[in-house]
Amino acid sequence: MSAETWQQVVFWIFALLITGAGVLVVTTRNVIHAALWLVGALMGAAAMYVLLFAEFVAWVQVLVYVGAIVVLMLFGLMLTRAPIGSAEFDNNQRPLAALCAAAVFVVTSVILIGAFEGQEINFARTAGTSTESIGTAIFSSYVWPFEVVSILLLAALVGAVVIARRD
Amino acid sequence: MPVSFFLVLSALLFSIGIYGVLARQHAVLVLLSIELMLNAVNINLVAFSAMLQEAGLGGQVFALFVIAVAAAEVGVGLAIVILIYRNRQSVDLDELDLMKW
Repeated sequence: MSAETWQQVVFWIFALLITGAGVLVVTTRNVIHAALWLVGALMGAAAMYVLLFAEFVAWVQVLVYVGAIVVLMLFGLMLTRAPIGSAEFDNNQRPLAALCAAAVFVVTSVILIGAFEGQEINFARTAGTSTESIGTAIFSSYVWPFEVVSILLLAALVGAVVIARRD
Repeated sequence: MPVSFFLVLSALLFSIGIYGVLARQHAVLVLLSIELMLNAVNINLVAFSAMLQEAGLGGQVFALFVIAVAAAEVGVGLAIVILIYRNRQSVDLDELDLMKW
């Protein structure tokens, strides 16, 4: 099989993984399982980034999302003493929510397919994006947004400590 | 490979996130659904970055920024959830109607 076919195969495998894990995140009745299925969806997204030549973004995804954010979520679930095991976590507007989500999906996909019809991603490039070139881009063209994000993270850190501390 | 494959995948993931935000009752599960939506945006950004290879690395850099903002959001969000739990012994969003008129 050609390289293009393999890329399609990999895409469909991980697209199915992301979709299945995502649906389970929002429907499972066990809160811990929801967090663990989120790991599946995030790892599938990381595989997509590797497929799209973005190795550095993929590793940041694994480290920050899977390593830090999901662990934080699990701590949040434990500290709020969520009932572990099956329980009802959905409210009574499930059909309305499904309708709303389906409407958003149909509208956005129709618009996106219409707008980007015939545009291809060229997978002929052999090398991926090097970490060096990402670093150069962040610290030259995008240094101002980078500083803003740093200040945002600092503010969020201080804010989280102030909000959550017991006094 | 058509770029619309990735765009439709991310639209699907975003819609799943919307369903989760609207249908879930537990505050932490709503935060999980928001993470799904942020990931849909990231897939979009990285796909466009791969499509427009000549235009530089803006898509990937902004995907990194989105990840950083998601980390900040989760930190503050969980702090608020834990504070609500401490005050009301519950994080059921349907019971938090104090500011509802």
